[in-house]
Amino acid sequence: MTLAQAETRPLMDWDWVWRNLDDIWAQTVEHLVLTGIAIGVGLLVSLTLAAAALRWRHLYAPIASVSGILYTIPSLAVFAFLAPFTGLGLLTAEVALVSYTVLILVRNIYTGITGVPAGVIEAADGMGYRPVKRFFQIELPLAAPVIIAGIRIASVTVIGLVTVTSLLGLGGLGFFILDGLRRSILFPTEIIIGTVLSAVLAAVVDLGLLGIERLITPWQRGRA
Amino acid sequence: MSDAMIRLEHVSKRFPGAESPAVGDLGFEVPRGSIVTLVGPSGCGKTTTLKMINRIIEPTSGTIWVDGVEATASEPHQLRRSIGYVIQQIGLFPHRTIAQNIGTVPELLGWDDGRIADRINELTDLVGLDRELLARYPSELSGGQQQRVGVARALAADPPVLLMDEPFGAVDPIVRSRLQEELLLLQDKVRKTIVFVTHDIDEAIRLGDQICILNVGGVLEQIGSPEDVLRDPANEFVDDFIGGERGLKRLGLMPVGDADLERGPMVGPTDNVDSARAAMAQYGTTWVGVLDGERLIGWIGEQDLEGRTTLAGIDVKPIQRSVAPSDSLRAALDLVVRSNERVAIVVDEERYLGTLDLESIAREITE
Repeated sequence: MTLAQAETRPLMDWDWVWRNLDDIWAQTVEHLVLTGIAIGVGLLVSLTLAAAALRWRHLYAPIASVSGILYTIPSLAVFAFLAPFTGLGLLTAEVALVSYTVLILVRNIYTGITGVPAGVIEAADGMGYRPVKRFFQIELPLAAPVIIAGIRIASVTVIGLVTVTSLLGLGGLGFFILDGLRRSILFPTEIIIGTVLSAVLAAVVDLGLLGIERLITPWQRGRA
Repeated sequence: MSDAMIRLEHVSKRFPGAESPAVGDLGFEVPRGSIVTLVGPSGCGKTTTLKMINRIIEPTSGTIWVDGVEATASEPHQLRRSIGYVIQQIGLFPHRTIAQNIGTVPELLGWDDGRIADRINELTDLVGLDRELLARYPSELSGGQQQRVGVARALAADPPVLLMDEPFGAVDPIVRSRLQEELLLLQDKVRKTIVFVTHDIDEAIRLGDQICILNVGGVLEQIGSPEDVLRDPANEFVDDFIGGERGLKRLGLMPVGDADLERGPMVGPTDNVDSARAAMAQYGTTWVGVLDGERLIGWIGEQDLEGRTTLAGIDVKPIQRSVAPSDSLRAALDLVVRSNERVAIVVDEERYLGTLDLESIAREITE
């Protein structure tokens, strides 16, 4: 009887956890890899788009609206829409994940760079900086806090979304959630492990990035 | 060729879409080692003019010469590394320490680390900053300290030219006055060719060896020494712009030491009363000063002489206030109107030099 059987399954089956530690570790790493690819590719795309928007300011509004629309489409719908073209697999998953990062990253890179005080830029020009050196030594470091804030939001978002990519047959912590749900009898331990580890991963990555920000922006210490 | 460090010839700037030029056919020279202040109402193109010198803004037409070379002869970034630049917002780099900020241009020029470090220390002392501040970030400094860092940074590679765009505009009047004073003291040591933009005529008068008064559209109304401009404004606009108290402003520029001083009614400490009365009569005063050699001990009033035959034993009252030769005639005038005797005593350290009264001060300005 299902009810009786369900009762025999505790909320947390620690025995299962110990037996599957290797697998849990592997899927956690897989989760991070999927996230890392999305953030990495998202950064490359966003840097390119932001650079274009910074060069030709009138491009910012359309870029922001298109990436804003992408952001509103549910991930499942994106998978369904892309599947006929890119198949069920990594490419589909990453295209969807990257599209979610672009809005946040482009906006933060753009506002971070344009937010550098005009007096600082003018002083840099007046000192004899050339544009490229000025960008990398003055503008980019000063925009770093805003850009890293964008990467943090994007990372947390993507770590949550990667759980959904298990629907495409990919790994990651979503695998446990899906597996727990799919069993003829609901297996709560698996669902909890997938959910909690995903949340912990998001928190750890967020704190890690915050630490990096603190490290590379020492001038912000002691500021309100 | 003249000894002009900076020379503008028929320079004009028309911004795209603007109906009238921001600067129209402007020409003037800045002699080597002197300060020229560009002053005028907003819209007079003074900042635009300044920024054309280091090519932050490119002129529409005309030629600018810096140290005998056309400004357009080299790449803008190369030109700028030989021109110090100080702006109102200061523009310190928030993510760099004070030391790194000061060392910006030497680093761009590829100096070695040891030389940069030495130069940073030297400049820190020169602008009167505490070396302990070098490891801090700009946000940890006061406005006045940040402005000093801005000046040190501009001087870092020892450029012959310094451009200053309303550098003291954002600080309070007391700090501003001190920074002006410091700039003049600094200039005595470094002798740079400085172009200084301000909208404050008093600042322009105080700092400029020459002041260059611009009207809307970058029209040069008058250029000359503050003294000349105040004495002889070229036209109504200049007269108007200088504002009231022209006479007082001129007095503010004239040192007491250059004025013709009166000897004043002076006697020795052991002279007799008759000679004291004679001195008073000669100068039409009711007091005499008592001199011991060159030192002014104090003064005696007419009523103190009653029933005496010599001055010995009479209480000599101390001189409360005096001016020094380096003070301005304006300060002397202030002393005259505040004193009961309508006189300013001029003393150099301990040495008595003479007196100034309303008449003699007025004579200086009308000569």
